[in-house]
Amino acid sequence: MNMQPDAAAAADRSLVIRNLTKEYRAGQPVLKGISVTIEGRGVTAIIGPSGTGKSTLIRCINRLVDPTAGEILFQGSDLAKLSGVELRQARRRIGMVFQEYNLVERLSVIENLLCGRLGYVPWWRTLTRRFPDEDVAHAFELLDAVGLGDFATRRADALSGGQRQRVGIARAIMQNPDVILADEPTSSLDPKTSVEIMEILDRLAGERGIPVVVNIHNVDLAKRFASRIIGMARGTIAFDGPPDALTEAHLIDIYGGEGWLE
Amino acid sequence: MTPARTRRDAFPVNWTARALWLALVVYCVYAAQILQITWSRFVIGMDQGATFLARMWPPNFGPQKLDLIIQGMLESLQIAFLSTAAGILLALPLGLLAARNLMPSPVCWGARGLIALCRTFHPVIVSILFVKAVGFGALAGVLALVVATLGFVGKLFAEAIEEISMKQVEAVRATGASFASVLIMAVVPQVMARFVGFGIYQLDSNLRNSTMVGIVGGGGIGATLFTAYQRFDYDVVLAILIVIIALILLFELISTQIRKVFQ
Repeated sequence: MNMQPDAAAAADRSLVIRNLTKEYRAGQPVLKGISVTIEGRGVTAIIGPSGTGKSTLIRCINRLVDPTAGEILFQGSDLAKLSGVELRQARRRIGMVFQEYNLVERLSVIENLLCGRLGYVPWWRTLTRRFPDEDVAHAFELLDAVGLGDFATRRADALSGGQRQRVGIARAIMQNPDVILADEPTSSLDPKTSVEIMEILDRLAGERGIPVVVNIHNVDLAKRFASRIIGMARGTIAFDGPPDALTEAHLIDIYGGEGWLE
Repeated sequence: MTPARTRRDAFPVNWTARALWLALVVYCVYAAQILQITWSRFVIGMDQGATFLARMWPPNFGPQKLDLIIQGMLESLQIAFLSTAAGILLALPLGLLAARNLMPSPVCWGARGLIALCRTFHPVIVSILFVKAVGFGALAGVLALVVATLGFVGKLFAEAIEEISMKQVEAVRATGASFASVLIMAVVPQVMARFVGFGIYQLDSNLRNSTMVGIVGGGGIGATLFTAYQRFDYDVVLAILIVIIALILLFELISTQIRKVFQ
């Protein structure tokens, strides 16, 4: 299961976005024709001010938001055009980590992890919680890997923020996804926990060769964990390159002003 | 210095609200006049009430009467449980269909229309309809209370579903789960405790209602009660009322315990 990605697999895990546009209200585009190719490896961080469309971009990929126009090519299909069963099957290959963790609060931790398998397990087995043995075993393994082995049968609403996000990451990994989308995974956490969460996400995804696309406010965290940074401003891409190439001038262009940089 | 002008008014008068209150008072006085409800009429009524109460005491728990009462109560109990169970089973899908956050709006409006229809008439009127439609007896009572349950619980279920956190639903949906799996793993856990609460509440309310459907021919203790009234056996009436009160109180105690299990 933990195969190292070869070149073919890496190519298979890439995302090609072309001319992606999203208007929540007609005539007021939040995304103005974004085109970007995200290779199937490593961590790609998307930085930018609030309200610039980072979340919208990420949510268009797994279609929690429906794009107005454009293409999102992934594993030979255009995600922007899928619906019904095809969309559900594509979503199984895309893990997602949320800012507010979005765990099912009244389910146990292990049940939340097993939610990651719902695309594969028929509903009548879900109803009686008869998940396949290997899924349950994998869930326990992952729980140990994120350091929550003793919390399996605790209810999710009994956990702290950092613990919840670890469960959120483990749930995404449970899908055996070909890409993980993380929408501000650390924004609700304290600075120390934020680093821990990014380390866990980086480690678990890296071990499995799963590319990660992460929206992140914190530029330092982005530079520390990402191999590529995409800066968004005004609904377009204002910077795209390795962390070293990101200068103050770029940051001023992305966020505007400069007082905050001191 | 003109304080009246410079001081800002913290409590401005709401003339519309005052007018509405006034209108309410005027209408009440008018209605009482039309219905000829006067103090002297009330005093006459109190006199009759005292005579009635005196004739009720002591309650008649004679062995023959007790047998009738127990049989009637058991039938009422059965009507209450059957109608609650059937009503909730039907209300589950209906409540889901009526939830605006999970269903397309034409479906919602259809389901909401049906719920509204079930809620339009008082259970007594529905009981009369079913007694005429399917004949005297417990079946009519059960059907009437199923309708009442469907209307009340269906609406509460729909509202409970509309109040769930969509973030949790979104996360489960994002894993590629089917609609049924999303319901099982993201919706049901969020509403289960409340549904149990509504179910118990409705059982409680159906217990009360089941003592009433018999009055119009729907079976249960109501029939016994009505017969006792007509025969002026007010001591039996009191006995029946005491048994009903005891049953309702007993159920109150039990339901508190059940609620604790589902938190």
